[in-house]
Amino acid sequence: MVAQKITIEPVTRIEGHAKITIHMKEDNQSVDHAYLHVNEFRGFEKFCEGRMVFEMPLITPRICGICPVSHHLAAAKAGDAVLGAPPPRPASLLRELMHMGQIIQSHGMHFFELAGPDLLLGFDADPAIRNVVGLVQNAPDITVKAVQLRKYGQEIIRILGGRRIHPTFAVPGGVNKALSAADRDLILTGLDQAIETTQIAISIMKDWAAKNMEDIQKFAVFPTGYFGLITEENGLELYDGNLRLIGSDGEQLERFPASNYLDFIGEHVENWSYLKFPFYKKLGWPDGVYRVGPLGRLNIIDKIDTPLANEEFKAYRQINGGKPIENTLYYHYSRLIETLFAAERVKVLLDDPDILSKDILNTRHNFQGEGVGVIEAPRGTLIHHYWANENGQIQKLNLIVSTGHNNYAMSKAVDMVAKTYVKGPEIHEGLLNRVEAAVRAHDPCLSCSTHAVGQMPMIIDVVDAAGTTIQTLKRE
Amino acid sequence: MSKPKVATDWMAGCAGCHMSLLDIDERLLQVLELIDLRASPITDLKEADESGVVVGVLEGGINNTANEHQAKLMRSRCKILVALGDCAVFGGVPAMRNFFTIEESLRRAYIETESTVDGFIPTDPELAVPTRVRAVSEVVLVDIHVPGCPPSADVIFHVLSELAQGRIPEIKDENLHWH
Ligand code: SF4
Ligand SMILES: [Fe+2]
Repeated sequence: MVAQKITIEPVTRIEGHAKITIHMKEDNQSVDHAYLHVNEFRGFEKFCEGRMVFEMPLITPRICGICPVSHHLAAAKAGDAVLGAPPPRPASLLRELMHMGQIIQSHGMHFFELAGPDLLLGFDADPAIRNVVGLVQNAPDITVKAVQLRKYGQEIIRILGGRRIHPTFAVPGGVNKALSAADRDLILTGLDQAIETTQIAISIMKDWAAKNMEDIQKFAVFPTGYFGLITEENGLELYDGNLRLIGSDGEQLERFPASNYLDFIGEHVENWSYLKFPFYKKLGWPDGVYRVGPLGRLNIIDKIDTPLANEEFKAYRQINGGKPIENTLYYHYSRLIETLFAAERVKVLLDDPDILSKDILNTRHNFQGEGVGVIEAPRGTLIHHYWANENGQIQKLNLIVSTGHNNYAMSKAVDMVAKTYVKGPEIHEGLLNRVEAAVRAHDPCLSCSTHAVGQMPMIIDVVDAAGTTIQTLKRE
Repeated sequence: MSKPKVATDWMAGCAGCHMSLLDIDERLLQVLELIDLRASPITDLKEADESGVVVGVLEGGINNTANEHQAKLMRSRCKILVALGDCAVFGGVPAMRNFFTIEESLRRAYIETESTVDGFIPTDPELAVPTRVRAVSEVVLVDIHVPGCPPSADVIFHVLSELAQGRIPEIKDENLHWH
């Protein structure tokens, strides 16, 4: 008998294009190996050559419409460094405020609109209704609240940058508009509701976890390192600071300024994916793999500097007795704790006496010609690195995007979940959906990853050991 | 009258046009009353119904063999094809790649980038093959062009609600944006 290959394409309710191939063993009873293929290549690292540094905050957001603000701000920060023009404090506060808007909209949307159908309707629900339309029908109240939470985050971005998607706000050296008192008050009006909705989401998550402990415990639990920005006192940091890498045991391996990233981080290439695989150079590939994003960030910190999120974090930390949390499905929980932090942080920023200041742009340049901009995008550490000539024209650039750092983890999770759940010869849709959910839990931004690299559609092909496709599952 | 079926897909874009669709906020519930949303990156149906849909919406241009297939498939299964956003309408920012050869772009990404270690260009047959970046209308016939990067939520709401009520939307005045 010939072994099978299953293809899932496109993987849905993720951002971008990917496909999964599951290769069965000779007996067609169990899985030999499963691959996550990121399928598209776009080439931003080439075609931005020759553009002006100040254009980069406008061009690079087109890498990703889900987290355009991450690229907008990372590009502006790299521009600050290239021009040698650190922004005045009020400009940094305003940029961070916009970033918090993005964390709220991106995380909120992921929990409800993308992962929500699995969590609220079930992995095994009919695929025809297992989506946001099904949510509207089954849980209209919470769906409306979810839509409003995303709207709140998007409105913060619009108020600051003129539009919700691809705003024009940050420029090298600062930002182009100060915040008015009226707009500050407008943002404050929606805050309580945003916090309340996030807390509802957290209680939904906890209920779900209590009922689905079996899935949580056997669904892609594995050790890696963890990586991200951190405050001086090891608190949660999303906008600026040093990078910290810890090992699977929780011990610190490295702590370094973002501009030194090339000394520590390398990218490995595999033939079956357009998305590269970052790793920690001193341990090499594949021993040096690590995870980023909400799960990774909450593993590298000791505390969160806002009260509600910190309370929640303390409980979360106890899940694994203070050790790093390895369960892929806890990405959902950690994502909500960060959403709570972002909402509380909005208040801290708006209460800052500098937030209405008009000192928002540093026009005195001390040209450096090279610069690195790093930010914690919703999905993890995002690195922009530019080299420019004296005219300010980009000579070359290097980008490492958040989803890239998780490439190993996503691939590993897909392989593990396929091996745990998929048994031949009859394969049920709900099980394949769990394989997709292994990807979805990471909330990959395949547009981001395919910057250089493509997007992420998804098919499942079942191929036999001889390479013949036996079954292709595209849901219709 | 049954609700018209609508399918959407994304190709060489950034997902921003689909996000702008979600930016219609609470009106999303209204739209879902008017249309039957079928295959879409935000649902779990993988491709437009074989029996056909009324409206097909494509975000992004066409930059590889997989996108060509997606565009042709959508065209063959829908009555009215909408090119949503600058990438679909003109090629957009991703079409800046056309100023370089594909080989140059691949070399930069997988071999020359400073962080890449022992790089090479992936060639697995599972991967789509990059091509010149094209607007959707260079590959299949497009019925409605909606420019904007992304088109605003208001214009997307206008287009969908007109189509749902059996009218071809007019896009003009404040609904017409080129950035
Ligand atoms: S038109 Fe703009 S928003 Fe739409 S996919 Fe293209 S880059 Fe993204
Ligand atoms: Fe992204």
